[in-house]
Parts: sequence; structure tokens; C-alpha cells
Amino acid sequence: MGTVLIELSGVSYGYDGRPLIQDLDLALAPGSFHFLTGPSGAGKTTLLKLCYLELAPVQGRISAFGKPAEQLGRDGIAQLRRRVGVVHQDCRFLDHLPLLDNIALPLAASGQPIEAHAADISALLEWVGLDGRADALPPQLSGGERQRAALARALILSPDVILADEPTGNVDWEMSLRLLSLLVELNRMGKAVLIATHDLNLIRQAKSQVQARVLRLRAGRLDVAGADL
Amino acid sequence: MVPILGLLRGDTSADRVVPPTGFTARLTVFTAAAMAFLAVFALALSLATARLADRWGTALAQGATIRISAPAEQRAAQTEAVLRILRETPGVASARALGEDEQRALLAPWFGPDLPVETLPIPQLVEVVEDGRGFDAQGVRLRLRAEAPGAVLDDHSRWRRPLVRAADRLNLLGLGALTLIVLTMAAMITLAAGAALAANRQVMAVLRLVGARDTYIARAFVRRFTLRAGLGAAVGTALSMGAVAALPRMDAAGSFLTGLGFTGAGWLLPLLIPPLAALIAFWATRYAAMKALKEIP
Repeated sequence: MGTVLIELSGVSYGYDGRPLIQDLDLALAPGSFHFLTGPSGAGKTTLLKLCYLELAPVQGRISAFGKPAEQLGRDGIAQLRRRVGVVHQDCRFLDHLPLLDNIALPLAASGQPIEAHAADISALLEWVGLDGRADALPPQLSGGERQRAALARALILSPDVILADEPTGNVDWEMSLRLLSLLVELNRMGKAVLIATHDLNLIRQAKSQVQARVLRLRAGRLDVAGADL
Repeated sequence: MVPILGLLRGDTSADRVVPPTGFTARLTVFTAAAMAFLAVFALALSLATARLADRWGTALAQGATIRISAPAEQRAAQTEAVLRILRETPGVASARALGEDEQRALLAPWFGPDLPVETLPIPQLVEVVEDGRGFDAQGVRLRLRAEAPGAVLDDHSRWRRPLVRAADRLNLLGLGALTLIVLTMAAMITLAAGAALAANRQVMAVLRLVGARDTYIARAFVRRFTLRAGLGAAVGTALSMGAVAALPRMDAAGSFLTGLGFTGAGWLLPLLIPPLAALIAFWATRYAAMKALKEIP
């Protein structure tokens, strides 16, 4: 473990004045593997959004890569997101672009020529088992293919942190295990991984492969899950 | 300047991420074409009235008329006295009494060509042409009163001034219309860009999430709208210049009137409209895009 990549200190957040997350602390260090669990509506997605600064806390402080979030301008937040790969629950693809362009979107958005990274993109597509689907449009992909494509897009810039929101929510058990093994492999490369999921079987499976910390979000508070997991 | 050069070079990756927007594309091209068409006419009106004001202001200012209403037996003597006074007056380039044929021609529009001028009590007219310095009208009037009491000097200022003022006002009106057209074009393009941005809010949100800067996202929209506005304005300008060129010429009216059109290098001025429209679209879309992006975290 080295320095903390993303740190939340005493963070609170709520919607329409109703508190959802209260006085929460979280630190993601290089090589760490966290599961975030909790009932639906507990605030798992909100916590991930706070981590990549899509939301700003109403109270508390967030620092990313050593810089306080409030000191990052809009360009600074854009730079931060290039170091944080996010797998969204709904994948968030641009449906008019083929899969190859969707996966290469972070490259284009950061001003890097796609042509120069053609080999990387091919290797990544092969790694997630989507070689041969490069020209398919997102609506033509199955749930599992979409999740793997979202993971590929999150990894294209080789980020330091990977945040995944219910990455196995729409796929069968076999595909869940495949996605999990990909994330474990990335963690072994030194990436910090935080997976929000309510799938306890997946967490149990992961704990046999990697030293994972399981955090439970309940009533706005975050605590470390016990031996029941 | 740098963002505009970058815009012309283009960024295919930024262009591709925004899906094509048919309706707003057509709206922008049509608006730019229509506004450019009107702008050329407003410019032509403004330039024509400027020419008119200049013509009425300078051409008429260099001329004056002396009207001699004297009994028939004194008319020749007073005319001779008037011409002598004018010859001695500094600032007068030339002076001559109009002949019967010329006076008949002047009255022909009202009384027809066969007017027996010699039988009518029509005053003798003397045309005075000033040199560059101009002459002392008040001094001439005093001498005329003493030496040719039937002579009255008209230096045209009484009716020249309102004409020049009217032409100046028309010129201002043309410039005002041009300004309104420019502002309307900016407003229309901002609205069209706003509609395109609202329709693509999800695209912008995804781009922000994968680390795109606001300038990258805005560039895709700005380039698209700038090129459309420039293209539409080029078409509108070409059509309007053709229409202005086809207008009837006013040479028949002599130097008094002027045609609604361009002369000489004035034909180059409308060519500034397409780049101006593109520039307006550039800033209007950039403003709308940056405003829309502020609402996306």
C-alpha cells in the first residue's frame, strides 16, 4: 500500500435535504480491493459518484491524488476522471458510435489519436472477449457484452482506480465470475478497485481469490462487514 | 484567433462523438442564408444613401442660382449687372445666363415641350458655379440689392439641407437594420445551438464522465454550427448580390438619384458577410455550449 489515491473525510450527502450519507470516511490506496454493499437505496451509487466527483459533498472533504476536490476546476475534474475508470450500472455508451469508438472515447476525449492506440484497443477487446464485435453498435450487444465493453472503456487509459457500480447486475453467474476474474487481475496489477454490489455470492467468491475489504453502507454510515461475509 | 484556426483545421474525433442533428442543421443554414440575403440589401441601402447624401451635399453645395425678375426693359441690363458682379466675386468659378431653350427644358416636365417661354413673365435664371473656396453669399446679396434690385440669390441651402438630412437618416436606418439582422442571426443560431445541445445532453454527460474537457465537447458543436452558418451565409450572400446586380440602373435620373446597389470596390463589402456570420455562429455556439456544460458535473 502507498499513498491514498482517493480519500473521503467526514463526507455527508443527501437529496432534497434528506441525508443519505452521513460523516463518512473512505480511503482507496493503490492495490486495495473493496466491495461496497448495502440494501437498495442505501447510497452505494451516490458514494461512487462522490469518488469520481460527479457529486460534491454537502459536508466534509474529498481529496483525489493528493489534491482537495474543491481546488480542482472543471478541467481538473476532467483530468482526475482520466485516472479513474468507472463501470456504470447502465454502461452509458453513445449508441450512435460502434463499440470500438465507444471504448476509445476516453482516448479521444483526452486528445490522444485513436490510431496510435489501435494495438492497445485490439488487445483490450480480446482480453474482455469482445474481439470481432468492434463494429457492433451498443444496442446490438448483450447485457454481458455491454458490461465487459464498459470495463474495457474504463481501462483504456490505464487508470489507477477502478470504480464499478453493480458490474454483474445484468449478467448470469458464469459471466459474473468472468468479470470478477478480470477485476481481480487488474487489482494484481496494482489498481485500486471498488465494486458496489448487493451480490453476496460474488463477494464470497472474490474473497477466495483476493484480499478484499467489504464495506457495508447502512443508514448513511459505512462500516466494515463482519465474518457473516 | 487560435481557437478559430483550430476550428478550421477540425477534429474528426470531436466531430464524430456528436450525432448528426438534421433539424437544427437545416434551421441554422436557412437562418444564416436568409439573414445574409437581408444583410446584403441593408448594406446596399446604407451605401446607396451614403452616396446620395454625399452627392446632394457636395454637388449642390457647389452651385447657386440667381433669379432676375425685372420689367422687360430692365431685364438685359440687370442680367449684365449680375454677371459683372459675379465675375468680380472671389470664389465664383463661372456664371452664365440660361438661354430660352434651357429654361424651356427646365419647365418642360410641368408645361410640356412647346411652351412659348418668350411670351411668359418668367424670370431670367443665372447659373453660378463655385470654385473650391466658395463665395460670400451675403456679400453678393448686398451688391445685388444695390446694383440689380430684381435679382435674388438662391444658394440651394434651404432645400439641400433637409435632403441631405433625409439621406443621412436613411443611411443610419440601413446601418440600424444591418445591426438588427446581425443580432437576430446571433439569437437564432444561439437558439438552434441550444436545441442541439439540449438534445445531446446525454452525450455531453458521457463525455464529461470519461474525462473530456469542456472545450473539447464545445468544439464539436461550435465547429458544426460555424461551418453551417458560414455555408448558409455564403449562399444567401451570393443570391442577394445577384438580385442587387439585377436591379434596374438609375443612370436615367442623372446625377440627382442613385441606384440601390454597389459601385466599384463596394462589391467586395458583401463578401465580408459569410465570414462575419461564421464568426457570430462561433461565439454564439461557444457561449451556448459553455452555458449548457456548466449544468453538467
